[in-house]
Amino acid sequence: MNIIQQYEADEIARLTAARPVPEFDAGDTVRVMVNIKEGERSRVQAFEGVCIARSNKGLNSNFTVRKISYGEGVERVFALYAPTIADIQVVRRGAVRRAKLYYLRGRRGKSARIAERARETETN
Amino acid sequence: MRTGLIAKKLGMTRIFKEDGTHVPVTVLHLDDVQVVDVRTAERDGYTAVQLGTGRAKVKNVTAPNKGHFARCAVEPKAKLVEFRVDPANLPAPGAKLSAAHFIVGQKIDVCGISRGKGFAGVMKRWNFAGLEASHGVSISHRSHGSTGNRQDPGKTFAGKKMAGHLGHERVTTLNLEIASVDADKGLIMVRGSIPGGRGGYVLLRDAIKRKPPEGVPMPAGLRAETGA
Repeated sequence: MNIIQQYEADEIARLTAARPVPEFDAGDTVRVMVNIKEGERSRVQAFEGVCIARSNKGLNSNFTVRKISYGEGVERVFALYAPTIADIQVVRRGAVRRAKLYYLRGRRGKSARIAERARETETN
Repeated sequence: MRTGLIAKKLGMTRIFKEDGTHVPVTVLHLDDVQVVDVRTAERDGYTAVQLGTGRAKVKNVTAPNKGHFARCAVEPKAKLVEFRVDPANLPAPGAKLSAAHFIVGQKIDVCGISRGKGFAGVMKRWNFAGLEASHGVSISHRSHGSTGNRQDPGKTFAGKKMAGHLGHERVTTLNLEIASVDADKGLIMVRGSIPGGRGGYVLLRDAIKRKPPEGVPMPAGLRAETGA
């Protein structure tokens, strides 16, 4: 392992010890609790939607969550190991056949539904 | 003026900080950086330190350099470089330099050899706009236009920007911030990108356009001589 890989492995170990990362994939509905600072106060805001993409690249991994907010599609990209995320909860596991669900962007309502994955429900 | 350091560029990564921000950093490694020789005003007419880094195979060291390393009583080094310093900040020959030479938050200048890009056209090399996509332009969409005037002056002025070799030259980036220092592992992390590819040698020095901050180790940040 070279020095950078070693550093990134140590960082991942440190950050997952502070906040574990659950197993989830594209198609799953996740609730991301985001730490928000407003002046002196800090609070936690939830962002709940469908994970439409995961990019796995070690410490630089990220995932994209899409939701419909007041009739408008909103997507947010989170760094998987970011300390700004207080918690990631998997709300529902979806059965999809793609790794990237970008086709959901052109869809609304009934056609944008994702069937629930029947198996592996015992995790979490 | 303190001495600088010579380091090897390892690549880039990121640091997640406690306040939630993250910093993109370049990781630099100090591989056995040691003062090989000093230049003094009496002997050489100027004051400087010669630093060496890495390890050279003895069979690959030239005879004159063998004598030089032997006289200074240091292991043969893969790369030698000089830094001008003030006479007051002259470290002793053989002293080993530590990554703690720089402190976190300090601004430094970094010199490296940029990546070679070969023979590059005028659009890539000088940001020319090129010619139009249509309106009768044929074949020469990425060319430069005219290079001169008419019978008067009757020549292309010297220094006209044209196609040619791009990259593989010494580039200095000023005022980069030290994001983290690990003296035990000999690692320095600098915010942002640094000229050159991975595995290249880069020179670090205190930023010349800023005052060095308080608490910088004064002759130089030296490693304790424990067992080495």
